[in-house]
Amino acid sequence: MGSYTAVGVMARLTFREAARRWVVWVALGLGLLFLVVYGIGFNEIEKDISVNQGNSGTLITAEMHNFLLLAGMYVVNFLTSIMTVLVSVDALSGEINSGTIHTVVSKPVPRWQIVLGKWLGFSGMLSLSLLLMAGGVTLVGILVAQTILPHLVQGMLLMWLIILLLLSVSLLGGTLLSTLANGVLVFGLFGIGFIGGWIEQIGAFLNNQAAVNVGVVTSLLLPSEAMWRRAAFEMQSPLVGAMGVSPFGASSAPSLVMVGYAVFYMLGVLFLAMRQFSRKDL
Amino acid sequence: MVSELYAIETNRLSKYFGEKAAVRDLTLQVGQGEVFGFLGPNGAGKTTSVKILLGLIQPSAGAGYLFGQPLGKPEVRRKVGFLPEHFRFHDWLTAGEFLKLHADLYQMDARQVKPRITELLALVGLSEFSGKKLRTFSKGMLQRIGLAQALLNRPELVILDEPTSGLDPVGRRLVRDIIRDLRQQGTTVFLNSHLLSEVEITCDRVAFIKHGEVITTRPLQALLEGEVTVTVRASGLTPQIAAGLQRWSQNVRLDGEHLGLTVSGEAVLPEIHRYLVTEGAAVYSFQPEKVSLEDLFIQIVGTDGGL
Repeated sequence: MGSYTAVGVMARLTFREAARRWVVWVALGLGLLFLVVYGIGFNEIEKDISVNQGNSGTLITAEMHNFLLLAGMYVVNFLTSIMTVLVSVDALSGEINSGTIHTVVSKPVPRWQIVLGKWLGFSGMLSLSLLLMAGGVTLVGILVAQTILPHLVQGMLLMWLIILLLLSVSLLGGTLLSTLANGVLVFGLFGIGFIGGWIEQIGAFLNNQAAVNVGVVTSLLLPSEAMWRRAAFEMQSPLVGAMGVSPFGASSAPSLVMVGYAVFYMLGVLFLAMRQFSRKDL
Repeated sequence: MVSELYAIETNRLSKYFGEKAAVRDLTLQVGQGEVFGFLGPNGAGKTTSVKILLGLIQPSAGAGYLFGQPLGKPEVRRKVGFLPEHFRFHDWLTAGEFLKLHADLYQMDARQVKPRITELLALVGLSEFSGKKLRTFSKGMLQRIGLAQALLNRPELVILDEPTSGLDPVGRRLVRDIIRDLRQQGTTVFLNSHLLSEVEITCDRVAFIKHGEVITTRPLQALLEGEVTVTVRASGLTPQIAAGLQRWSQNVRLDGEHLGLTVSGEAVLPEIHRYLVTEGAAVYSFQPEKVSLEDLFIQIVGTDGGL
């Protein structure tokens, strides 16, 4: 066996734990429920659009489809973000507090491998959830309206980055704080980013640079909301982008530099989590 | 000079939490194949010391080695098995899965894992519970599976922190038997236990720790072969006879037919008995009592429990 054995062992353990403790199945069930509700709703609205628009309103129909699909992706992003924090917030702090970690870290494995293994296990589970839900939304669009979002792959990759960002922050918090304090921290940062993003959107719409700056600063604290706005910017229709009026789209899209920042932020935080856990008294 | 001959070697290890010293200048040498008892009252620093040895806690000062390798190096833990005091686990796993997980963490050869798990489940009396989830186990069963986990990799050093906690008499006997077998196999055992009677039975040497400091480290047999208190009931005892006993004891107490004295060891007892009879005393009873480890513990550590 190689020297990275513990990474694989911990990744499998984390994935299996989620499955055994019904986390995966509850998430899957709720995801399916969401898709069923979404599919029925989309189908009913599509019937209405077809009756009212006929063949004359192709542009409006396309915009409606884009709006509905983007709304679906918005919910998927929200659900996977919440799920990411909920499943991972207890992963390290809970095992540290209970002492479960003692028999694991006393084995001949470097501690950073334990953190990386957990990160990979959660990443796998959450990526699967994202793929199923975002794939489901896309499938509904194809089946009901024979349409997909523009730049879907880029959009989904950015949504994936949001999961990895939140997961890394949650694991770092778990090496420093109790479960409760970690949950408050991650949700707090998530909330600040969310509000900051809206302030930036409205600021951009009103050409208010100060408000835009507030959004940029909050994005630096935790760039998850900025990544959603970039994803929405990629997936929204060009018309909505130009008008900047969609509640799910983005009138002020973060730059590619911000995307690069988010990638480095995620890797940096993961590195800090591994380092902090390696040095921590348990 | 660090020696690989020692399973554990520490030099003035200390751990401070703020101003408070949890462990202070811990200096120990535990030879390979030795069964070593680590004794002290609650809060004396025993568990912190164990955690430092296993690299769970970084020492504030000093140095320590396992088999000549610095503490904290993951590779050296390949030779170590550990049962923590407050044993917690992934309770959604079955007993078999739990042992497989820890065998994987030890990076054991895949071909050896299954037979070793079967062997250990039999050793701790849990063969029929291999497929049961740990959350359904009693405290004693959990302690047994924890012990099996500590022995998975055929360790050269086994660190047991309160291994008999939660066990019934049958379970405690099982632990004693396992420790005896480990000693026969040449495995070093570092035993941290409150149950002094078990330490008395199993250990070669003991260290007494209080307020984070090792007060003394001694061979257990020498300790127990030390002072003996003798209580005699005999007629014909006189002050002259009592005075004659002072060649063996400076602590002689005569009260009618009752005589008490404390001597340095068992070796002198036949001589004392012979002396009494020769001097004309009619001895009805002659009861030597060894000093128990508990007496020694109280004597060395004190009655304040280290608080």
